Amino acid sequence: MQARANERLQGKIPLMEKVLSVAQLYKTYGETVAVDGISFDVDRNEIVGLLGPNGAGKTTTINMILGVLAPGSGRISIQGVDIATHRSQGLQRTNFAAVYAPLPGNLTVQQNLRIFGMLYGVENLAQRIAALLQQFDLEKFRDVKCGVLSSGEQTRVSLAKAMLNSPQLLLLDEPTASLDPSVARDIRDKIKDFAGQGTGGVLWTSHNMYEVEEVCGRVLFLSHGRILLEGDPKTLPREHGKATLEELFISVAREPLTLEVG
Amino acid sequence: MIFMHLARIAAIVLRQLYLMRGSISRVLPLFVWAGIDIVLWGFITRYLNAITSSGVNFVPSLLGAVLLWDFLIRVMQGVTMTFFEDVWSRNFLNIFATPLSVAEYLSGLVLSSIATSSVGLIVMVALATMVFGLSFFVYGLMLVPFFLVLFMCGIALGILGSGVVLRFGPPAEWFVWPIPAIISPFVGVFYPVSTLPRWMRYISRVLPPSWVFESMRTIVSGKSIAPYGLLWGFGLAVVYILLACWFFTSVYRHAVRTGLIARYSAETLS
Repeated sequence: MQARANERLQGKIPLMEKVLSVAQLYKTYGETVAVDGISFDVDRNEIVGLLGPNGAGKTTTINMILGVLAPGSGRISIQGVDIATHRSQGLQRTNFAAVYAPLPGNLTVQQNLRIFGMLYGVENLAQRIAALLQQFDLEKFRDVKCGVLSSGEQTRVSLAKAMLNSPQLLLLDEPTASLDPSVARDIRDKIKDFAGQGTGGVLWTSHNMYEVEEVCGRVLFLSHGRILLEGDPKTLPREHGKATLEELFISVAREPLTLEVG
Repeated sequence: MIFMHLARIAAIVLRQLYLMRGSISRVLPLFVWAGIDIVLWGFITRYLNAITSSGVNFVPSLLGAVLLWDFLIRVMQGVTMTFFEDVWSRNFLNIFATPLSVAEYLSGLVLSSIATSSVGLIVMVALATMVFGLSFFVYGLMLVPFFLVLFMCGIALGILGSGVVLRFGPPAEWFVWPIPAIISPFVGVFYPVSTLPRWMRYISRVLPPSWVFESMRTIVSGKSIAPYGLLWGFGLAVVYILLACWFFTSVYRHAVRTGLIARYSAETLS
């Protein structure tokens, strides 16, 4: 991480506007350290992969960024807004989709999008909803209750919700976990388009290393609440003597001490 | 900015209206039990009027009291039912990851309750006046503070109940439903507070509805009420609303600190 900061200072990496800045984030559950003093940034236009085995602290980190879990210590700012002191202002610029947080199944797709659009203060909401229904191929499900949709369709609704406020920071926790390969590719393309438009940055967790390599410009490997590795997913495996990102992931999961950096 | 805040509050109300629309299991409870109560007590008052030779009309004192008490219950349930929709649909993570503040969320619950409790009130008033001859002219202008104090008390109880369920998880709904039944013996819905033993009278003095029902009986008996009683009840209701909001906010902060909001299905994490 220090190396990357130095590269930035030397002009090897262009300075970009940070949409997310996490500094010395720490969280414990009783005696268990879930997140152990991590620091990282996400720039505009950037898709950053937050990788790691189950229990590494990915979801805990995302929950803290979303303001639904208070950090033990540390600072989270979204576009320079500290969410500890200006929660609503920070979250207005953020949105998320997670496989474990489906939208209420007893409301229709359109009802859910309208309610969350109002909660996020979206202007011209009717037009925005119409555009998202078209973008995510949900027009035929407009008046269908979310609870009767397939898991893939529900994921698309969650993603449409996540795009409602054109967020500066988009948090995606395994967004393609329940999708078939064809739909997953389509979703990946949409997320890449979103990042490419330059309106926001994306923090993405996934256990699909093929997907991570395709989508993410940078990855952070978490293990036991700490960032062990950071870098380009295309070159990082070779830098650590592994053939693929998946091999590197398995090493992080099984032998984190052999990869730990100072 | 104010518009944005109003929009967030409106979103909570709109969600409830969407759920009500076309859901008979949500609409019927708004007025069926309250209506049954009025019918039941309407006939009881008729019977009491028939068998007593004192000439006392039980309709304004007994049926009126039942109507007012049921109104408080509907207000409380209006708050808790809106809150329970988020519990039942496991929606806390989605809703509290938005810019919505706790104050806006609670405001949404209160506005939803106004809408839903109004339905029950209209049905109760229609039945009590048209079928059993209850006249609100008996109470005069004092009807306004009666409803106001009971409304505020119902809101306080609803927010308190929601906080209890947020703290202890969905099974704690069991603690919420009996709250009005537990309070009712102390507040003298059906009898004067003087009927109660001394220790119960002490409790009834700090319960706002006691002052409403005592005032109501005083008016029905043709005497003039001491206004400080209702003022005291109003003041207590304001204090209880503030305490209930403080309690809910404290529970919410605890849930954010422990991670319960994100993992509510676990019911409790500490």
